[in-house]
Amino acid sequence: MTADLFSDFQQDHFALFGLPRRFALDGAALDTLWRTAAAQVHPDRFASAGDAEKRVALMAATRVNEAYQTLKSPLARARYLLMLAGVDTAEETNTSMPPAFLMAQIEWREAIEDARHGHDVDALERLSRQLRQDMCAMEDELGAALDERHDHDSAALLVRKLRFLEKLDQEIGDAIEALLF
Amino acid sequence: MALLQIAEPGLSAAPHQHRLAVGIDLGTTNSLVATVKSGAATVLPDEHGRSLLPSVVRYRDDGRTIVGFDAQAEQSRDPNNTIVSVKRFMGRGLADIQDVGRSPYRFVDAPGMVQLVTRAGHKSPVEVSADILRSLRERAEASLGGELIGAVITVPAYFDDAQRQATKDAARLAGLNVLRLLNEPTAAAIAYGLDNGAEGTYVVYDLGGGTFDVSVLALTRGVFEVLATSGDSSLGGDDFDHRIYCWILEQADLHGLNAHDTRLLLTRAREAKEALTEHADTRITAVLSDGQTIDLQLSQATFHAISKTLIDKTLLPVRKALRDARIGAEDVKGVVMVGGATRMPQVQKAVGDFFGRPPLTNLDPDKVVALGAAIQANVLAGNKGDDEWLLLDVIPLSLGLETMGGLTEKIIPRNSTIPIARAQEFTTFKDGQTALSVHILQGERELVSDCRSLAKFVLRGIPPMVAGAARIRVTFQVDADGLLAVTAREMISGVEASIEVKPSYGLSDDEITRMLSDSIAHVADDINARKLREAIVDADSLLDALDAALASDADLLDEAERATLDAAMQALRDAIAAESTKDINACSHKLNQASEPFAARRMDRNIQRALTGKNIETL
Repeated sequence: MTADLFSDFQQDHFALFGLPRRFALDGAALDTLWRTAAAQVHPDRFASAGDAEKRVALMAATRVNEAYQTLKSPLARARYLLMLAGVDTAEETNTSMPPAFLMAQIEWREAIEDARHGHDVDALERLSRQLRQDMCAMEDELGAALDERHDHDSAALLVRKLRFLEKLDQEIGDAIEALLF
Repeated sequence: MALLQIAEPGLSAAPHQHRLAVGIDLGTTNSLVATVKSGAATVLPDEHGRSLLPSVVRYRDDGRTIVGFDAQAEQSRDPNNTIVSVKRFMGRGLADIQDVGRSPYRFVDAPGMVQLVTRAGHKSPVEVSADILRSLRERAEASLGGELIGAVITVPAYFDDAQRQATKDAARLAGLNVLRLLNEPTAAAIAYGLDNGAEGTYVVYDLGGGTFDVSVLALTRGVFEVLATSGDSSLGGDDFDHRIYCWILEQADLHGLNAHDTRLLLTRAREAKEALTEHADTRITAVLSDGQTIDLQLSQATFHAISKTLIDKTLLPVRKALRDARIGAEDVKGVVMVGGATRMPQVQKAVGDFFGRPPLTNLDPDKVVALGAAIQANVLAGNKGDDEWLLLDVIPLSLGLETMGGLTEKIIPRNSTIPIARAQEFTTFKDGQTALSVHILQGERELVSDCRSLAKFVLRGIPPMVAGAARIRVTFQVDADGLLAVTAREMISGVEASIEVKPSYGLSDDEITRMLSDSIAHVADDINARKLREAIVDADSLLDALDAALASDADLLDEAERATLDAAMQALRDAIAAESTKDINACSHKLNQASEPFAARRMDRNIQRALTGKNIETL
């Protein structure tokens, strides 16, 4: 009787929400689907239920949140699509990058360093906005590579690049907090 | 005491009687208890009609413990044995407490959490908090005329795992069944949002007696989704009192005050702060124990000047929360003010200036958290109201592990919606390594030494392999209370170790049970009768829930499965009729196990049904 536990929850994240397996995604629709699913399984709905239902609800709600968070983030979504296609993005091991991209990285880091040393929170905020624009552009490229050209190699490279940018964004955030706190 | 109703076997107990549940705001300065009566949330006053219970506990020399106004009135006479603002010490070690000299207590550094030296012995902050909670439980049970089925206890959103665990331990020690730990700003948002039919992005600015929280919430048709939360778990109204206190010392050129005078002047400082909410200036007078008279005039302008840095300090977490939510101040539709300290005009002005709109102050900032907690307690206890809503809350601080070189590897980032689980694989560092130490941390900083250490455990029995060959999967699971459990498993051999993250000082279940039975025995209650009542209440609600489930989804079971379940339910009903605590608990456990696959199938069906409806509507 336990074999069919979570038969449906074993599906991939896209199937769980009944969404097509592709990068392009209607974020607002995903939000609605997530809230609908969460409303069914949230532990608050089972606070006065038996232990069995509480355990199952905790697992189900965790599963729904995990699926939502993976699909919501463009980077995580792309990585997940590649994983479903059997492609390892090799983010820890493959660090080779086109020289132009590496140059841009160095310039970013210098700009962040300058702003940090100058205690210039506004400059850091500006850099953060600019970086987020660059990330959006890269996400568009990722969509084209995954959904239109089905080019897994360049998608994997874009995932690695986007990971770099996400780390930069994190660094800017840390620098802002370090100056504010 | 009200008699419990027991449904006749075979008859559904639903619709059952109203289950008594309360919301408790366990505050630094004041605590409150509220409940939902005939559909409306209301604060339960004491026998003198007072809503607030000062969070003050005095251990008297006659062995009695007194809580609230009476304890507060005696605090400057007996400062060492009268504990105020104990919330500041919850889940904190001696090293965490800023300016130990500032409070009149003698601390001992017990493992993980400080203890306070009183004439009643060394008291852990958990025990002192339990005294406050017990007083509120007694107030509620006297007022509602029955035993509580459970309580929602609020905690600052920015409380870490250690502080949350300590709060839950205190509630259990006070004999309360904790339905949920609820974040204070979220509780306030429920009370505010349901009252005002609010939609859009709101900020809750919650400056309490000793803690500051800010939460950014998206309110959409019955869903309260926390987008980000931030704060400072040691900043509050107390600090404003302290600024005035320091000003008094400076003006009157006082040094090396004794505990009595310190307490006296802190009380005068608090009174001055409150007076300045309404008046442009106030007079501060006191006679110290050496006969010296203090007589000073404090103006609002001076108070604003000496407290400005404190207010600025609250705006930093506000910026951080907005940044994490990826919105600007201009996207915020309203700012809800919570906590007594937000009555200060300079706080309201600073927040209004920051957001470019006056903050919302139409709810009593002292009561709104307790009211929201009561509304949530009512729903969690199974007293369904007409309106259904959903709370989606987050963890305030990132959770991670120590890796090589004293660095922290984040596993679950802050502001992740809970419940959540995340797994990460690690490997061994040396050939033949058979054990792996897991050090669990909470915080944002890179260095282990800058984060809070939550727990350590060791995964043993890994089969000897070459370095890097073992695959150790560490899984973090955060439940809906925001509490963490960690499991480590070696994937090749299947060796497993797990821990519910109780910080090293955390009271073990056995300790709590013992202390609880001691305190119950002390009031000469019959502990066995109480255990039986509790077992019956739990069993009844289990049977109710299953009856309702079978009424709607019996088709998910084949005949044999249905027969197994029916037999297990009948066995539990028989045990209830026989009034055997042991049998009831054993049968409840069996029934729970037998019904788990049914519960899982129902969960699947409900989610698919809900999503299918959505997809047809939206796609």
